[in-house]
Amino acid sequence: MKFTGTDSYVASDDLRVAVNAAIALQRPLLIKGEPGTGKTVLAHEVAKAIGAPLIEWHIKSTTKAQQGLYEYDAVSRLRDSQLGDERVKDIGNYIKRGKLWDAFTAEQRPVLLIDEIDKADIEFPNDLLLELDRMEFYVYETQEVVKAVQRPVVMITSNNEKELPDAFLRRCFFHYIRFPDREIMTQIVDVHFPDLQRTLLREALNIFYDIREVPGLKKKPSTSELLDWLKLLMVEEMPPEALRSKDSKQLIPPLHGALLKNEQDVHLFERLAFMARREQRQ
Amino acid sequence: MFTNFFLELRQAKVPVSIKEYLALMEAMDKHVADYSVDDFYYLSRSILVKDERNLDKFDKVFGHVFKGLEAPAGEGVTAEIPEEWLRKLAEKLLTDEEKAQIEAMGGWEKLMETLKKRLEEQQKRHQGGSKWIGTAGTSPFGAYGFNPEGVRIGQDKNREGRAVKVWDKREYKNLDDTVEIGTRNIKLALRRLRKFAREGAEIELDMPDTIRSTARNAGYLDIKMIPERRNKVKLLLLFDIGGSMDAHIRVCEELFSAARSEFKHLEFFYFHNCLYEKLWKDNRRRHVDTYQTQQLLHTFPPDYKIIFVGDASMSPYEIAYPGGSVEHWNEEAGQVWIQRMADTYRSMVWLNPVPERHWSYTPSIQLLQQLSSNRMFPLTLGGLDSAMKELNK
Repeated sequence: MKFTGTDSYVASDDLRVAVNAAIALQRPLLIKGEPGTGKTVLAHEVAKAIGAPLIEWHIKSTTKAQQGLYEYDAVSRLRDSQLGDERVKDIGNYIKRGKLWDAFTAEQRPVLLIDEIDKADIEFPNDLLLELDRMEFYVYETQEVVKAVQRPVVMITSNNEKELPDAFLRRCFFHYIRFPDREIMTQIVDVHFPDLQRTLLREALNIFYDIREVPGLKKKPSTSELLDWLKLLMVEEMPPEALRSKDSKQLIPPLHGALLKNEQDVHLFERLAFMARREQRQ
Repeated sequence: MFTNFFLELRQAKVPVSIKEYLALMEAMDKHVADYSVDDFYYLSRSILVKDERNLDKFDKVFGHVFKGLEAPAGEGVTAEIPEEWLRKLAEKLLTDEEKAQIEAMGGWEKLMETLKKRLEEQQKRHQGGSKWIGTAGTSPFGAYGFNPEGVRIGQDKNREGRAVKVWDKREYKNLDDTVEIGTRNIKLALRRLRKFAREGAEIELDMPDTIRSTARNAGYLDIKMIPERRNKVKLLLLFDIGGSMDAHIRVCEELFSAARSEFKHLEFFYFHNCLYEKLWKDNRRRHVDTYQTQQLLHTFPPDYKIIFVGDASMSPYEIAYPGGSVEHWNEEAGQVWIQRMADTYRSMVWLNPVPERHWSYTPSIQLLQQLSSNRMFPLTLGGLDSAMKELNK
């Protein structure tokens, strides 16, 4: 089981080593990076590459660690007891399995994605320490121990909204996805749009990296935004010349809505365009 | 095997423990990094570093410990300087005058072209001289040059045309950040203040009550619901801003951002040096958009908890006398206002970023210490903890 990137995902060398280390040593891999650099997609691609089923656990602010293990549905049991249902005699009928349970008991070694762990309460990672370390937990209601048949490949993503506790970090491998440089970016785009015109791509990348350089942007456009924008450009059949025009009146790139997601950023851009025009007139 | 590396990492304040070291050994044992220096670098980085802020420190230590470990020819990555990047950098650094001089040389295209040619011609390391790219020369290219048309390339060492090891690039430099007390620790300290109460829509099943009612109902199911638990603490933060507080701005920002995400009922205001009759919420509009302190006393009920954040370092007149303020004419002395706050709000603390051992040398700190009835705490984790305990009394 070695991950080497897939035909739809370009993995840099360091990312590849990190993923392989996590698979080989059966430790969780914590992935951080700018939004839109492919943290979540990585888990999908790893699952595809090693041919394992993917179990996704998306974390929200209200998610509790217990929900990942199991939940006891007391209300249904009470109701069934009123109706004289036979199922009521076995408490196991009312235990709902969580994502971790599913992952531990899967027949084939799965990939478990714990997405955006930083969204949860500050104590959430601490509540999962033992479960992720030993890959087992105890069900109080049925008094059984659920133990992982095979240790799943655990991928955890974080957007850095909260700092994670040291004890949790100790148990993980860590990888920070750096923003791809031009060369890698060209490869990434190639993988997604193989029949894109060379010239269009070059002009588009020029504009894209220029925008990222603009100081004071609230949200810099990232890989996923670039891909959306290129798709739009292709759908609109935009000629490369339209992007190349160095005329400063055209400073705002066509179809900028895909790149700039914030009205303040668009304003900032308009202001810069205005200033550039004024400079030219002088 | 790599004990030296491990110890140096610890010395460089990269938080690594035995556990991670053993994990690295295990990975080596399983041949995750197959005899390639680069792979070993990536592997050890992903195992030993847990925070992007430490990546730069790690790169430095790695470069130091494994110095002389040359990558075999063809394996290294050559440092390429993208043209756009140079252009951007130079545009930013140069003045208009200098730009004109560049124009004189033949404009950007010419400059870049010459640069490319030089890079191709040059084979060896070079220092001084006026044509080759190196350090301390007068050629327009290279670091520390004197030529106004010069472009800065690399600062530590000159390595054009040579293989550069990945860790020597130190790409994570700007992510390094030595935060002494991170927001996580502050948040954990602030958690002491949490006071849960149930209110709002009834969405949670109340098990004990349901069982009790069902039993009383002769076994006939009677489900009881209760509202969700919410944090009910109300907090009012008052920040001293500007002047002597500039030195403490980072720790205040951390405290503020931690508190912001932790409490739902949180209000904040700014003041300068001492509390007077006016407060404001936006520093840029501090003279236009003011908020009367009297109104604050009426608006926020006494169950609000007040936290003053300020260094309390000023002339004692600013506290004790009418008209003592450095900024405006205040009709009533600062201490009158502080006293009013203390009278209205039972829970009130003052957090001071100045180290506690210096307090006794500043009369104004002692004055405010008395006014807040000894509820002044240093703005450290320990101080924050005691302050929260005090607020919870």
